Amino acid sequence: MLDFITALPGAVSQGLIWGIMAIGVYITYKLLDIADLTVDGSFCTGGATFAVLFGAGVNLWLALLIALAVGMLTGFVTGLLHTFCGIPAILSGILTQLGLWSVNLAIMSMKANVSINVTNQESLDRLLVSLRFVQDVAKGERPFWQHPIFVVGLFTAAIIAILYWFFGTELGCALRATGSNANMARAQGINTDFTKVLGLMLSNGLVALSGALLAQYQSYADINMGRGAIVIGLAAVIIGEVIFSRLFHNFALKLLAVSIGAILYYIVIQAVLAMGLNSNYLKLLSACVVGLFLALPYWKGKYFRPQVKAVKAESKGGSRNA
Amino acid sequence: MLEIKEIFKTFNAGTVNEKQALRGVSLTLNDGDFCTVIGGNGAGKSTMLNAVAGVWTVDSGTISIGGTDVTRLPEFKRAKFIGRVFQDPMMGTAPSMQIIENLALAARRGQSRGLGWGITKAEKERYHELLCNLGLGLEDRLTSKVGLLSGGQRQALTLLMASLQKPRLLLLDEHTAALDPKTAAKVLELSDRIVEENHLTTMMVTHNMKDAIAHGNRLIMMYDGRIVIDVSGEEKKKLTVPQLLELFSKVSGSDEADDKLLLS
Repeated sequence: MLDFITALPGAVSQGLIWGIMAIGVYITYKLLDIADLTVDGSFCTGGATFAVLFGAGVNLWLALLIALAVGMLTGFVTGLLHTFCGIPAILSGILTQLGLWSVNLAIMSMKANVSINVTNQESLDRLLVSLRFVQDVAKGERPFWQHPIFVVGLFTAAIIAILYWFFGTELGCALRATGSNANMARAQGINTDFTKVLGLMLSNGLVALSGALLAQYQSYADINMGRGAIVIGLAAVIIGEVIFSRLFHNFALKLLAVSIGAILYYIVIQAVLAMGLNSNYLKLLSACVVGLFLALPYWKGKYFRPQVKAVKAESKGGSRNA
Repeated sequence: MLEIKEIFKTFNAGTVNEKQALRGVSLTLNDGDFCTVIGGNGAGKSTMLNAVAGVWTVDSGTISIGGTDVTRLPEFKRAKFIGRVFQDPMMGTAPSMQIIENLALAARRGQSRGLGWGITKAEKERYHELLCNLGLGLEDRLTSKVGLLSGGQRQALTLLMASLQKPRLLLLDEHTAALDPKTAAKVLELSDRIVEENHLTTMMVTHNMKDAIAHGNRLIMMYDGRIVIDVSGEEKKKLTVPQLLELFSKVSGSDEADDKLLLS
């Protein structure tokens, strides 16, 4: 139990970082209605790009920005495969993800991982977020505002604010309309190919940024760091929705719910680990949990239909499309 | 306003499912014409409308709207000229977005969309007023999701959306077919009103011969991918359903076509 409590700040920090990726997944999965599997690759692309650049002495902010841009590029590739080449979205994502495996290795000079130097105080001070800061703040060696929860929390708030603004603009509305009803969008003069590519770029940019932050936090990038990322992202989106859908109706709050969903996910994982589960079973556990949550709404509609619904068939169809 | 010249379209060419949907359709609509389109299933009514809207490109022939050749323009670019209401009430609106957001999207049809606000304050007042005129009580539900509306309400909303940014051409594709008779009559009445108020050039596909005769100033009937009957003006005003049926069997050369048309 004590283990669990001491591990809690770390779990929350990590949850916040993955939460940024989950917000990216929310854009494609919820707003564009595309299950984009690129994220398993682009998460690592972000981490690898950052680790290599930062290791080479590039400014931290510039390295983060480039990681974001490279992530957007991966989304662009998936978008082109989907719209220009007419490949189904899910397959386009898988193709990009597969290709990125080699690209990610190439970025890291064909090594399976690249570490960020945190051995001395000077190099540690250059970092924005680090696992070590969690302990340092706890010991009082660093001010509270260097705590990863605070720093990544600010990142998350800024990202939510920007997205809230963007999806209220004409272009953002066009993107949402594309996901809601592509036929209608085209009839209203929206170039749905363009909005789909844009959404995929935005999403993967955030995913790569999240990967860059994680690489910084754990002080290394690893070729396997993005494996199963889509499942974690979906878990965060679904957990956030299940818990907060009745409370949060505002778009910004919905994004916040996704971030909280990711934090809860990591707290649960931490709890399960504290109970002594072999960490190799984590992926199976994640898959089961997400599978269960995806199945619940379906089962609810199929087996727990109240009798009155038969009369109100129309309103049922309506609410399902809401 | 609309000029269709000799358009052909074949689906699934070279397979057993080959279907020659349009076989040389030509049609010219004048500014302000309200043309109703009838015909049996598979006659090519919807196909013709989709060809004009640009859902896909035609195999040959040309289409121009208001003097602009749109034959090769993609659907989203043609939207600048065209307002559409579909048969399926689900098709014309974005269900997960608010009523007001749907209206704002439609008000920007054919304009470039940038980083300005998706809905401005002045717009909100305008939409409130327009929805008041619609008389469906939607003005109090501006921020409701469109997915919660009934089929009839959605079609009325789609009609309003199609006319927000005055289109050169309004395409109504059996837009009352999925509604109950009472609601259908209301939506038709609203269509008439909107067409008249905005002086819109309109094409309306319908399965109902009475409606086809009662509305508009011109009537065309399609059969087997061609326009076989084209009446307008005084001649159309005097037209009755039995006359129309007789005319049709003469043109198509068979009596059984009557049943096909009536049953469909």
